[in-house]
Amino acid sequence: MSEATTIEKPDLKIDQDEGNFSYPEDYAFDAGTGLTEKTIDYICDVKEDPDWVREFRKKALRIFREKPLPTHWASKDLENIHFDDFRYYLSKGAKPKRTWDEVPDDVKRTFERLGIPEKERAFLAGVEAQFDSEAAYSNIKKAVAEQGVIFVGSREGLKEHPEIFRKWFGKVIPTADNKFSALNSAVFSGGSFIYVPKGVKVKHPLQAYFRINAENFGQFERTLIIVDEGAELTYMEGCTAPKFDSVTLHSAVVELVAMKGAKLQYITVQNWSPNVFNLVTKRGLAHEESEIKWIDCNIGSRLTMKYPGVILKGRKARGEVLSIALANNGQHQDTGAKMIHAADETTSNIISKSISIGSGRATYRGLVHIPRHLKGCKNNTECDALLINTESRTDTYPAIVTRGEGNSVQHEASVSKVSAEQIFYMQQRGLSEGQAMSLSVNGFVNELVRQFPMEYSVELKRLIDLEMEGSVG
Amino acid sequence: MKSTLEIKGLKAAINGTEILHGLNLTVPKGEVHAIMGKNGSGKSTLAKVMAGHPDYEVTGGDVLLDGKTILGLDPDVRAREGLFLAFQYPSEIPGVTIANFMRAALNARRPEGQEVDAVEYYNELYKKMDLLKIDRSFTSRAVNDGFSGGEKKKNEILQMAMLEPKYAVLDETDSGLDIDALKIVSHGVNSLRGPKMGILVITHYQRLLDYIVPDVVHVMVDGRIVKSGPKELALEMEKKGYDWVENLATV
Repeated sequence: MSEATTIEKPDLKIDQDEGNFSYPEDYAFDAGTGLTEKTIDYICDVKEDPDWVREFRKKALRIFREKPLPTHWASKDLENIHFDDFRYYLSKGAKPKRTWDEVPDDVKRTFERLGIPEKERAFLAGVEAQFDSEAAYSNIKKAVAEQGVIFVGSREGLKEHPEIFRKWFGKVIPTADNKFSALNSAVFSGGSFIYVPKGVKVKHPLQAYFRINAENFGQFERTLIIVDEGAELTYMEGCTAPKFDSVTLHSAVVELVAMKGAKLQYITVQNWSPNVFNLVTKRGLAHEESEIKWIDCNIGSRLTMKYPGVILKGRKARGEVLSIALANNGQHQDTGAKMIHAADETTSNIISKSISIGSGRATYRGLVHIPRHLKGCKNNTECDALLINTESRTDTYPAIVTRGEGNSVQHEASVSKVSAEQIFYMQQRGLSEGQAMSLSVNGFVNELVRQFPMEYSVELKRLIDLEMEGSVG
Repeated sequence: MKSTLEIKGLKAAINGTEILHGLNLTVPKGEVHAIMGKNGSGKSTLAKVMAGHPDYEVTGGDVLLDGKTILGLDPDVRAREGLFLAFQYPSEIPGVTIANFMRAALNARRPEGQEVDAVEYYNELYKKMDLLKIDRSFTSRAVNDGFSGGEKKKNEILQMAMLEPKYAVLDETDSGLDIDALKIVSHGVNSLRGPKMGILVITHYQRLLDYIVPDVVHVMVDGRIVKSGPKELALEMEKKGYDWVENLATV
């Protein structure tokens, strides 16, 4: 047994926000505050990027500067992001360690407190643990690697596997997609590169864990996953950060590619502290008869804007987004899904559940596009909102464009409230007010959570319990 | 230590209107008492005030559970102290199964880290369901969600059986029940009767008391108990009507 088992396990009852701790900063590489071409040169030098990447980044920086903020959307809070105040690259070294023993102590302790090595031993096929800008640890189980599965960071991916990496990198989400995809393209660091060869079905999930430790910092991981013909993969990511008075920025880009007949499931459970702006672009490209499924659980953050999407490019491709957003006091979860049907007989399914607590605000923003020339396409969209107390707010903006005949679209939306009578009823059975609310919320998401892998439904339930306990005075 | 549920001179109001005007009542453990009263006499208010419903304000008097006051305690604390209320209109909790709800309620009564064992829990649950003649598929349904009136009341009695309170208040448990459901629910209550529990049955109709035969009957008029007596009082009420006691109240 490794020494990891003897170190304190995260106590489930200790505090409301278990990710709220940080260690003193000790970085070998720091690009300084603000974003200029020099910042990009610094990042390229540290990472020893090839020239094409340097050019790609610089072009992206120009696009980032030209693009306006999407202020016509729900929130003016984006205007409170001061890009010059962030630090764009912090690391202790660009190369991840292959064993936990080699990982620097403070970083190792961080991930141990978050229970990562434990989970790795218990049920994962591989783990990548990113600390600020770079992965501190990355390992794939030998048996999985022997099947030809590649699981590395983006830096290693573009260097060691350029023939696959360059083919898809920036193709699903072009740099100019939006201001934040451009920002990510300019300064990206970390994230995962995964390739699953034809016909290989990876039994256990691969997991990445993204941890922000530093203040005034921006984390910009870049993930590219390609699942080749007939192959299958489940990928999971978790995220946390300590609570600072200043603003933290997390802006990832995640591109998925499912080749013919492939199945790819991408699961996110994030628990950001309330000072994090979480502005993420996620999209998958689904070829013929393939399936891409996003399971997206958004807890915490100050503002999250995230709309995982699937481009259904091949006949009979299938896309799915199952999402849960929990907006606590002062938080805004602006989440949703995009389904772009681009071939006959493609199907998509969106189920979104949001919970607003106190002054928390949840917005569903959806886009379903089925053009005129297609036949036999189907979409199902369900949005359910739960409000806890009268200050809460929820909005739904479903945009469903269907043209042509022989395509079918179904949309259902509901808003419900946890009533005082319901809470009283549960309290009369001996549950505290917090437990009662927690149970109501878990009931509300229950049907959806049942579709999640076991480990993640347990994790999610625990996070909801912590949030609800903290929301009662 | 006293073994009674004692209500002393209880006054309570909602939105500034006093509903209970100094109500006195004592239910010893091991006995079944019934309160009869017309609509608007304050029966349901009494049940809610005892349980600590936030809409009601207690303006005088006391409620004592085994000699200790429970007024001022949160509803969940009162419940954990041993007070159970079977609701006239039980709330629905979508997505939460009866089995999970009951387990959470039992765990709330235990110290942290000493949660009920799953196997023991289901054994106990199924034992109680057999006793109450409730089908086992019942527990995998969401609490009261889409239940008929009879199912809701059965669920209340099942919860009462599982939580084993010291004192149970049954608020109009017979309302909305057909005769078959009434028999099942009454059978449930009767099988829970015993020296460890005091039961207060609140009802509008004498009919329920044919099935749950009380030790003592109290008649409530305008927020007060105006007459108490043996079970025969219920029959007398049925015959003579409430006018008879209302006259008593004004004497």
